[in-house]
Formats: sequence, C-alpha cells, structure tokens
Amino acid sequence: MNTISPDRSGPLALFSQRLEGVAGAERQQAVAALQRVGLPSRRVEAWKYTALRALGQTSLAAPAATYDVMAARAVLDDVLAAQDTLAGLPRLVFVNGRHAPELSVLSEAIKVTFFVDTLRFGTAAAPDRDPLVALNTALAEDGAQMQVEAGVDAGALLLLSIGLGGQDSTFSFHPRHAVVLEAGARLALLCVQAGQGAYFHNPVTDISVGNGAALEHVTLQLEGDAAVSLGTVYANVAGEGVYDSFALGVDGLLLRHEVHARLGASRAAVHVNGVQRLGATQVGDMTSVITHAAPDCISRQTVRNVLDGHARGVFQGKVLVEQIAQKTDGYQMNQALLLSPDAEIDAKPELEIYADDVRCSHGATVGALDDEQLFYLRSRGVPEAQARQMLIEAFLDETLALIAHEGAQALCRAMLARKGGVGASA
Amino acid sequence: MSQFLEISGLNARIDADGQEKQILRGVDLSIPPGEVHVIMGPNGSGKSTLSYVLAGREDYEVTAGSVLFKGQDLLAMAPEERAAAGLFLAFQSPVELPGVNNANFLRTAVNAVRRARGQEELDAVAFLKLAREAAKTLSMAPDMLKRNVNVGFSGGEKKRNEVLQMTLLQPSFAILDETDSGLDVDALRVVAEGVNRLRAPTFSALVITHHQKLLDYLVPDRIHVMARGRIILSGGPELARQIDQEGYAKFLSEAA
Repeated sequence: MNTISPDRSGPLALFSQRLEGVAGAERQQAVAALQRVGLPSRRVEAWKYTALRALGQTSLAAPAATYDVMAARAVLDDVLAAQDTLAGLPRLVFVNGRHAPELSVLSEAIKVTFFVDTLRFGTAAAPDRDPLVALNTALAEDGAQMQVEAGVDAGALLLLSIGLGGQDSTFSFHPRHAVVLEAGARLALLCVQAGQGAYFHNPVTDISVGNGAALEHVTLQLEGDAAVSLGTVYANVAGEGVYDSFALGVDGLLLRHEVHARLGASRAAVHVNGVQRLGATQVGDMTSVITHAAPDCISRQTVRNVLDGHARGVFQGKVLVEQIAQKTDGYQMNQALLLSPDAEIDAKPELEIYADDVRCSHGATVGALDDEQLFYLRSRGVPEAQARQMLIEAFLDETLALIAHEGAQALCRAMLARKGGVGASA
Repeated sequence: MSQFLEISGLNARIDADGQEKQILRGVDLSIPPGEVHVIMGPNGSGKSTLSYVLAGREDYEVTAGSVLFKGQDLLAMAPEERAAAGLFLAFQSPVELPGVNNANFLRTAVNAVRRARGQEELDAVAFLKLAREAAKTLSMAPDMLKRNVNVGFSGGEKKRNEVLQMTLLQPSFAILDETDSGLDVDALRVVAEGVNRLRAPTFSALVITHHQKLLDYLVPDRIHVMARGRIILSGGPELARQIDQEGYAKFLSEAA
C-alpha cells in the first residue's frame, strides 16, 4: 500500500487520506506516480500559467452518496431551458460525479456501461504522464463508457455533469468517461459541466475514433462560481476519422480544458476549437497537444478569448509532427479581446516538427474593442453597452460558427448571451 | 428656437501622436429648418472634423464655442443621444463590422432610436419588410442585408448602405461627408434621391462635397467655403459652380 505523508506540502495533501485507501493495481500505480511528482506547481512547464492554489487549503472528501434532488433538477431544468432542442436529446446525468439514473434518458443507438461497474480505466491516459489523470485514476468514482457500433449514426447525446457545492470547497469528484466510435460510426457528444458553489471537478475522458468515424465533442464549462474544473481528454483518431472538439469556458473560478489528440493513421482530422468568456478574477486555460503520427492528416485550432475585469486566459497549444507525418496540414490561431486594462492573456504556441514536407502555421493576436466600430454603432443610436456587446458577439461569431451541431452552437450562444448580460435585441 | 442648427465660434483639436493639432478655429454656421447647405473647401480645411465633432466622436476635443441643435446643447450629448435627437452622419469611410449581420445591425439601430424617441419597436417581420423596400428603392442587391456590415462591400455599396441607414433612421438633420466621392453617375443619383426623399420643412442637411455634380441632383439652398478651420465665405448655389470652374485659390487669397 502506498501512503502519502500527511505533512507533504502542496495541493496533493488535500487528498492524502483518500489516497491512502486506494485498492487495485492501476490505482496504486497512479498513487505511486503522484507520490513521485506531486500535483503540478507553476515550476512545471505545462502549468506555468495556471496555479492550483484555487483548490484551497481544506482536505477534499469524496462526494456524499446522496444528493439534493431538487437542486440537481433545478440545474438540469436551467440547462434544458437555455436551448429548446436539448430536452428531446437522450442524456446521461451525473451529480457530484455519480450517475443519476432518475435524471437520465437512454438512447438505443449508444451502448452505455458505467465505470462503477467495470472499473475499466482505458489505455490512452498514462498515469505518470499527467498528475491530474493520475489523481483521477486513483479516485475515480464513476463515469460513462459510451460505445457506438460500426456504421451507426447515433445522433446527439447530452452528457451533463452537475456539481452541487456549498460556499467552501469540501469535496471533489473525478469522473472517468470513455467514448468508443467503431469504424464509420458518428456521434455528437454535448458535455455540459454545470453546477453551483464550490467543488473540484476532475474529469478524464478517453476517446477512440475508429476508421472513418466522426465524433463531435462540445464541452461547456458552466461550473459553480467557486468551482475548480480541470478536465483532460485523450483522443486517438484512426485513418480518415474526425475528432471535432469545441470547448466553451464561461463559469467557474478556475477552468482548464486539456486535450491530447493523436492522429494515428493517414487522412485523419482533428479540430480543437474553443472560446473563453471570463470576468472578475476567473482563470481559464485551454491547453492542447496534437500529435501527428501519420502522414496526410489535418489539425485545426481556433481559440478566441474575451476577458474582462481581472480575468486571465491561458492558451497553450503544442503541435508535434513526427518524422513519419509528411504532408501534415496544421493551423493554430489564438486571439484575445481584452475589455479591461487588468485582464490578461498568456499564449504559448509550440510547434515541434520532425517531418520535412509539412504545412504548419500559427498566430496570435491581442486587442481591445475598436473605437471606430464602437463610434459607428453609437452614431446609429445604439447605446454604448449594447454596442460593446454587439462587438463582443461579433468577435466570437465565426469561432462559434465552427460548431457543426446546431443545437450545441445555439446552446453556446445562449450561455454567452447570459454571461454578457444584455443580448443584442435584434 | 431661432435656428435649427446653430454653430458658434467652434474650436476643436485632436491629439495626434502626442501632438495637439488645432483643426477648427472658430466655425460659425447657421442652418434653418428645411434647408440643404453645402460645405466645400480644400483638403485639410476641417470639413470632416466638423462632421465628426457634430456626431460626437471622442477623439476630438472641443476647446471653445457651442452647438445648439433644436435648442439643445448638442456637445453635451452622447453620440447615441444625438442620433436619437435626429442627427445622422453618413461616413466618408463607412466602418466595416465583421461578424455583425447588416439586417441585425439596422434593426438594432432603428429600434434603439425608436425606443429613445418613445416610438414602438419594430418586430423582425415588420422591420425586414421596411428594410427590403428601402433597399430596393436604393437599387441595392437583396443579399446586402444578409452580409456583414460593409464587409466586402464596394465603395459604392458602402455609400448606398449609408443612405439606407439614413432612410431607415429618419433623421431630421443629416450630414453627408463626401458621400458622393468615388461614385458613378447612377450611384450619385441614387444617393441624391435618398436625400431628396427626406426633404421636408422639418429636415435639413449639411453636405460636404468637392464636386458640383452631386449638386445638380441635390439642389442646395446655401454654399459655404471652409478653409483653415473656418467658414470664409457663404453664398447661393452659383458659388458652387464658380468653385467648380475656378477652383479655391481665388477665394483663399481674398480671404487671407
């Protein structure tokens, strides 16, 4: 049995009691890895811009076995009310990391098993490579394992995580999800992470996209206002497969969406797009590592940030092109609109290329709202606050248009309109 | 209300690259209701600055003088309040708004102004009907309502879009800042007709132009010549023809 020394400094101490009790080879291996490296400090390159201080000082317990049904229903209803086609979708609902069958609606096209029954960790996420994945491996309570059979178009599925926290952070949950699309299968997976109050949400999603299969994966971070949400996605994409990912960071104290995508056979495509709309003292981090491990693959990454107050946005995008990956077509763009002098964006693009016949480009821009555009709108009678809102929406418009699933795109727009206060009346 | 628009001793400057540059040096101008006035003058004389100051652009600092619009202190109002009060500026270089749909933009503007004027807002259907009719009258392609504001528009299309906005916002005082520049004869006529349709005893316009051509279609009541930040000469419509034939040099040396 591995043990964590109780006087060990750093955020790992918040979990020390729970880590002592883990059973099973994979979990113990994860604890051993955590003991070696700890949870990342800002001295670790991949966490240079994002500190885990927001996790607080108090030990984080496992979530309680029961939950407040009324509160969970209220969150569910609030999400469904934001976009009118959502209520008609099949859905899997998790409350504080545990499956809530009474709130879920199953689909015949998608085979679902639960982690709590299978204890299957998957293979993509190596525990010693990423401490937050190791933490998830050690503590995972539950999760959905979704499988679509070859050639089946399973439509859309809502995977809703509801976190019900109080004023101070007292517990954490570590869902372990998996998605398997067999050859030629299709699925649009809408992951909505909603909640209230303070908690730590640490999901890991292990994705396998088969030959010619297509997964659209839209993640909305609408967490509780004092919540910390650090999610990691590992996606392996086979030949001619498409992994089309979009993340929207809106609510939560500290948000990180980290994607590791591997293009494993030729003519595969990966899109890792996103929008962060943050204010006050929020920190949002979009990190990605895209590995081109086969020739003739495409990766596209477009991230836009709108930051107000003292908010800080982080973008880290690494594209690794292995020697075999000739004819790689890679594109990465990160743009930020800073609405206040105290807002900040930290952008770190990285290209690591070992093949000699590739096309990879990247870029970054930072700016404020354009005075001329603002004046033009105001000179047409549009009040200043509304004019600003119109220009913010315009800045985000073409990135949101990258979301192929109409309902998901409409949901993202609705959540942004909520965040912006006044939506354009037109 | 003695006059409709009363500009007295207006001085304004701009801070350009850390240097303050005085551009308006005592502009006096009165425009009665129902009249179309024209300002002509060499480049750099302050014509566009005057139009921006009247519309409320914040880059310019008014250092002296006053502007009364229908008895109100225009300079104390925000740009959107000026629009609601009935002022409209057709921009010399209309601004592109990527990501903003033209129809949404027009409807947002019209409803903002209607709200401020105490009128009922238009719903999407009623507005689109109105906008399509107005666009057709201006010989605009129907898809211009669906495109992003001024993005990818030709020079002529941008100017027509300005006139479309003017038509829909129903101003009582319009400033046209070189709206005719770069237009062919047909487009020129469309722009002039757009202004002529608004002409009424309660509507006035201030037209900034270099060319007599526009004034063939848009018969003005009065011509003003601006130079070095002031109005140096005013006269009837014949003054524009004289300038068109003889240039500004003669007037500038007389005024000096």
